[in-house]
Amino acid sequence: MITNAAKKFYVFLIFIFLYAPIGTLIVLSFNASKTRAKWGGFTIKWYLKLFENEAILQALFNTMLIALIASVVATIIGTIACIAIMNLKKRTRTLIIGITNIPMLNADIVTGISLMLLFISLGFKFGLGTILLSHITFCIPYVILSVMPRMKQLNPNTYEAALDLGAGPVYGFFKVVFPELLPGILSGFLMAFTMSLDDFIITHFTKGAGVDTLSTKIYTEVKKGIKPEMYALSTLIFLTVLILLLLVNRNPGDKKSEVKR
Amino acid sequence: MNKKKMLGIPYYFWAAMFIVIPLGMVFYYGLTDKTGAFTLENITAIASPEHSKALFLALLLSFIATIICLLLAYPLAMILCGMNVNQHSFIVLLFILPMWMNFLLRTLAWQTLLEKTGVINSVLTFLKLPTLNIINTPYAIILGMVYNFLPFMVLPIYNSLSKIDGNVINAAKDLGANNVQVFTKITLPLTVPGIISGITMVFIPALTTFVISKLLGGSKVLLIGNVVEEEFTQASNWHLGSGLSIVLMIFIIINMVLSAIFDKDGEGSVL
Repeated sequence: MITNAAKKFYVFLIFIFLYAPIGTLIVLSFNASKTRAKWGGFTIKWYLKLFENEAILQALFNTMLIALIASVVATIIGTIACIAIMNLKKRTRTLIIGITNIPMLNADIVTGISLMLLFISLGFKFGLGTILLSHITFCIPYVILSVMPRMKQLNPNTYEAALDLGAGPVYGFFKVVFPELLPGILSGFLMAFTMSLDDFIITHFTKGAGVDTLSTKIYTEVKKGIKPEMYALSTLIFLTVLILLLLVNRNPGDKKSEVKR
Repeated sequence: MNKKKMLGIPYYFWAAMFIVIPLGMVFYYGLTDKTGAFTLENITAIASPEHSKALFLALLLSFIATIICLLLAYPLAMILCGMNVNQHSFIVLLFILPMWMNFLLRTLAWQTLLEKTGVINSVLTFLKLPTLNIINTPYAIILGMVYNFLPFMVLPIYNSLSKIDGNVINAAKDLGANNVQVFTKITLPLTVPGIISGITMVFIPALTTFVISKLLGGSKVLLIGNVVEEEFTQASNWHLGSGLSIVLMIFIIINMVLSAIFDKDGEGSVL
């Protein structure tokens, strides 16, 4: 029993460690004093001011737009690529997967500067477009890595059976293969979306002047002091995601426990 | 069959254009000078006292951070695995959830926590304990690294632990192994892929970070990542920056080779 309590305490400590900064940010979002060094009383004014701050709202819009487009495009390209990669000969497959892993294993700073050098030499105008291309690039590996295991488990006979029974290749794919892959595709999409949302380093090197995501905006604000509206915004984002996840996670859990009973 | 292979063409094009060619450009810039002539100067520049100090410090701090992550994560993963949480995804979510709060803000929050009159010191003073003055020192950077990259150590270890067949452990116990023997002879060897994958996922970003050192180290501590970043954004010496990146990539490649040797089937991947 004692060891059991010790185990729980250890997990508790680690979660304190992981969530303490998040708690701090949430507290700061209600802090009436403008500096984060002292507590000036409870207020919700930063939440109200947030909706008047066009620069932050624009950065939020850019971040969301980039994350959404990048993860959708990466999911489509990645899933289609998975089908092709599975049908490759072993040696070519190893090569392609090796190249796919590069953006994941390589340091973000190297990926960032390599893309920056590419865009400069191609004469691209730095802005939303270059950020988007970079995000799609580092999102694709996450999609491929989560779809691939599902693809390996797939029984190829079911797809062929569908074709034999008269389904077209596209119809057969969406009716037979796609539902099997869906959990992998969804987790790949979610992973890509999260990575794109949280990215700073690659965006830092591939963004143009005047275009900001939340990360790059926070980075430029570091020296001047972070605007409290930013704390309010991140609290709102965090709580929204938390509530969504709790809702999504509750339903299947309930079903499972009912079945067990 | 041929049609299926054609499906890969958009991705192959994408990978060539945005993964292979850009890396080639880093090598091109790193191995040439401003006139375009071949030179090794940008690479040997790492030997200059200023650069080698930054590299050595980065190696040291990321090494310590990786060890701490491993020591914290392994017991945690074992406990989580033994807790019989029927939803694998829930554990993963708890570790991914913090990522939805911006990485820079989360790291900045440690300033508030660690400051001389910050939250932690207020609590310590209240408890009549000596205060902790680690902000703007290398210790704060290690803390920031551990904080940011711990989930990347927990998840692969947790994954490889949860794949261990309980019967193997029972068999070992039936054959007379005690708990320590079960751990050293069965559990630990079977989780090597997860450990290696975790080490890679923590060590590389920690080694190359420039953000954590900037936010928590004040401007006093310069890591190799900071040097490279400044060459690109402030000094605009892309040749030198690329040369130093090539040096960084040598460490990355060593790490990749190690993980390829120990983790042949990609068993220890985060997903």
